[in-house]
Amino acid sequence: MLGLNNADRKLFLIVVCLVAFAPFILNPFPDNVGMAQFNAGYPDLMQKLVIFGIFAIGYNILFGLTGYLSFGHAAFLGVGSYAGVWMMKLLTMNVVPALIVSVVVAGLFSLLIGYVSLRRTGIYFSILTLAFAQMCYSLAYSVLTPLTGGETGLTLSLNDPRVIGVTEVDGNIPVPHFFGLDMQSAVDLDVAGWSFTFSTGYYFAGVIMLVAFYMSVRLFRSPFGLMLRAIKSNQNRMSYTGLNARPYTLAAFVISGMYAGLAGGLMVAMDPLAGAERMLWTASGEVVLMTILGGAGTLIGPVLGAGVIAYLESIISTINDSILHSWFQALPDSLENFLVTILHPFVGHGWHLTLGLVFMGIVIFLPGGIVEGGRRIGNLFSRKKADDTETAPEPGE
Amino acid sequence: MEAIILQVLNGLDKGSAYALIALGLTLIFGTLGVVNFAHGALFMLGAFCAVTLSRILTLSFETIDPTRTDFLGNPMTVHTPYVEAWFGEAVGGTIIDWAVPLAVIIAIPVMALIGVVMERGLIKHFYKRPHADQILVTFGLAIVIQEIVKAFYGANPIPTPAPEAFIGSFDIGQILGFDPYAIMYPYWRLVYFFFSAVIIAAVFAFLQFTTFGMVVRAGMADRETVGLLGIDIDRRFVIMFAIAAVVAGLAGVMYTPILSPNYHMGMDFLVLSFVVVVVGGMGSLGGAVAAGFLLGILQSFASMSQIIEALPGINQVVIYLVAVVVLLTRPRGLMGRKGVMED
Amino acid sequence: MGILEVNGVNKRFGGLQALGDVNLDVQEGTCHAIIGPNGAGKSTLLNCLVGKLAPDTGSVIFQGNPVLGRKPHEINQMGISRVFQTPEIFSDQTVLENVLIPCFARRDGSFRMHAYESVNDEGDILTQAEEMLEEVNMLSKKDMMASSLSRGDKRRLEMAMSLVQQPQLLLLDEPTAGMARADTNNTIALLKEIKEKRNITMVIIEHDMHVVFSLADRITVLAQGTPLVEDIPENIKGHPKVREAYLGEAQV
Repeated sequence: MLGLNNADRKLFLIVVCLVAFAPFILNPFPDNVGMAQFNAGYPDLMQKLVIFGIFAIGYNILFGLTGYLSFGHAAFLGVGSYAGVWMMKLLTMNVVPALIVSVVVAGLFSLLIGYVSLRRTGIYFSILTLAFAQMCYSLAYSVLTPLTGGETGLTLSLNDPRVIGVTEVDGNIPVPHFFGLDMQSAVDLDVAGWSFTFSTGYYFAGVIMLVAFYMSVRLFRSPFGLMLRAIKSNQNRMSYTGLNARPYTLAAFVISGMYAGLAGGLMVAMDPLAGAERMLWTASGEVVLMTILGGAGTLIGPVLGAGVIAYLESIISTINDSILHSWFQALPDSLENFLVTILHPFVGHGWHLTLGLVFMGIVIFLPGGIVEGGRRIGNLFSRKKADDTETAPEPGE
Repeated sequence: MEAIILQVLNGLDKGSAYALIALGLTLIFGTLGVVNFAHGALFMLGAFCAVTLSRILTLSFETIDPTRTDFLGNPMTVHTPYVEAWFGEAVGGTIIDWAVPLAVIIAIPVMALIGVVMERGLIKHFYKRPHADQILVTFGLAIVIQEIVKAFYGANPIPTPAPEAFIGSFDIGQILGFDPYAIMYPYWRLVYFFFSAVIIAAVFAFLQFTTFGMVVRAGMADRETVGLLGIDIDRRFVIMFAIAAVVAGLAGVMYTPILSPNYHMGMDFLVLSFVVVVVGGMGSLGGAVAAGFLLGILQSFASMSQIIEALPGINQVVIYLVAVVVLLTRPRGLMGRKGVMED
Repeated sequence: MGILEVNGVNKRFGGLQALGDVNLDVQEGTCHAIIGPNGAGKSTLLNCLVGKLAPDTGSVIFQGNPVLGRKPHEINQMGISRVFQTPEIFSDQTVLENVLIPCFARRDGSFRMHAYESVNDEGDILTQAEEMLEEVNMLSKKDMMASSLSRGDKRRLEMAMSLVQQPQLLLLDEPTAGMARADTNNTIALLKEIKEKRNITMVIIEHDMHVVFSLADRITVLAQGTPLVEDIPENIKGHPKVREAYLGEAQV
């Protein structure tokens, strides 16, 4: 089935199930209990999870397979976002042209930047991609303001032509849709204290993520994927085996750029707004982190990494002191205050501190990421299950 | 002509900062073979040394002055810095005024200590790991340092003025025979430039004239051989790292009057300093300094209104464009040597 | 007319004349050894042949086609394969994958984007690779990671990677350097077998005279970048010029 082997098929079905039942899985707590703030089953966050999943899956094709560490992939995501918004301004609110154009434009950009950057390897490559991304960011912020909206970002307006769609609906800007399916609509389901939200936008993005994931599985198992891994392994041997590494790396770079563009396009399909800060190099650092946190070079790793980071970000950054106090209220006051003081820098606005620490911890202690950790734990507990599929149990997903 | 001289001068202070940061980066690249993405954070920490010292110096106690009243008629509280109370108003006031230059003195041991801790605690374990891992772990460290500073000092820039004696501008134009007020240059920028020149000269002299420096230079040229000679490279690595940290830190201390320190200034300067190192040539100290000044001046020229009119946005991207062109035409940078970071 | 002709190749590194007017004529189906003291320019010559270095002047013709000016992967695609002094393999891949890569390179050329087919569906290629592994007695290790192999096995794997491409010319750079005597003998046996079975032309650079005299049909002695003598092994052994060149070298 699907041209996958057994292990891959199993993995793919697990991901399908995770995506399909995410509104339940991510909402384990009833609404009225204190733990409900750990629920992640609301549309915004779920959309973010799958969109960053796509971004990381694509990035993994470059970094995980070829080992080329790009520090500029956020630029392609940003370009994809801008392209998507422009399509919605000029053409129609249907997301299909927006997505196609996002992918194509990001692909062209990555072709250009990749062609230049891939003439160098190692640290030079990383710095070249970083320089290009910063250049895109600076330009988007300044001179290209007519195209990008500069500091305020690019938004839709009532005066947009939308030549094959409608300019306005009842005096409002129309919402993005997929052949009439409203991206921002959702169905609520209340079951005994729990409330589950099924958002059209989430499922739309989820299906696209599944397709993207499936394609990456095929790519990993293909002769092309084998060649990309050979580049990481020994590029010198590669050329003495009659293979030209550059078109292979360029192809991987462009594919991952197109994935980033797709992610950017989906972001605006969910919320039609594009800003330059998406192109900042820290945003590029974030996708690197997602990939290595999950496990670079593994299939499921980037999906897990993206899920964990996006989840932690939205949960931790909403925790404030009063929530902390409510957690520890059972403790004596002095201890309560002490713990709150200790934890305070790591939550809320301090989320980036936690992020940096996680980042360092992973690189230092677990370079293989969650997948590697899961494998180690798996080996520890059950040595009879020797089949090393690339799955790892992960509570965050 | 005036305009050209003015732009060259304007580029000098930024160029000095780039040169100092890039110098440390190159030292670490060349000797330790490590790509340190946290180097910008050291620059930022230096700047916050100055902020901290000026805060400590202005620590004050409250007294109620019954002779003065506020607009409600209540007696006014007066804040008197301890320094002024101890040393008298005149001396104390001068000390506070000179907080930034004084911070240089405390920044040296503080930054050296930070450097040693960073090297022993983290970087040491990454000498044998791939460059990608080095980049990633130092990137993570940079985020952590920056967020800690943000937690303590907040997200807003903290103005830290230069001593009063250096406020104001210097009419260079008149000296060079132009009209008065044609080329005005703030005193502090001049100070910064000379300060940087002294540090750069000191680092070069240290490397040139001491045995230690000789070993380090030999190590930059051929790490393996020096290792084979049985020289204790390890200890020297620590010292090199500390020196690089001090250089970056001092660059930060003295930069505070030019740019009010904020927690992300390290990252902003780091990206550019990397570009500077790449343009200058990895592992080339002279190249790093030359490229630092070159790019600083280039950036200042690109910011001229006539040039921006002709090529909008050029001031934003000129450095990156130069880097791309240099990397593609001279892969080893302007003064790079063969074999450094080429795997 | 030989399969490989090297005409008047010169290469300078700054003031050092690494290769001075090197001429070489390698006949099809023979094993041609290049020997010489350290620094004689053997490795430089080899690097010129595979496109790693560009000579200053001269020409290299392989089967009537010029070699110089082409990139290493293009030269490999012409049918010249190289075995390194220290085995160069894809250490993060399995043994089987190591052999699959050159199989794909042979079938698909230097670049082809098969991103949607599965490696496991490539029956012909898999058979080809497994047969090759069988030939070098490594089929039982096909799922091992290449990095975990012993040095001798790495050498055999590298040989398999070269042979599976069915090259017309095999360049060997000190294939037994650093090997124990037993391993050296195994390698000699392997090379002999390959030569007899496949009729591959070989150019071998070697320090170990035992290896050279066991394999070579013709020998060129290189000293200070210039060929001194070229002859059959029997005539080389006692040649006065050769003794002169090696004077002070402990090996002979």
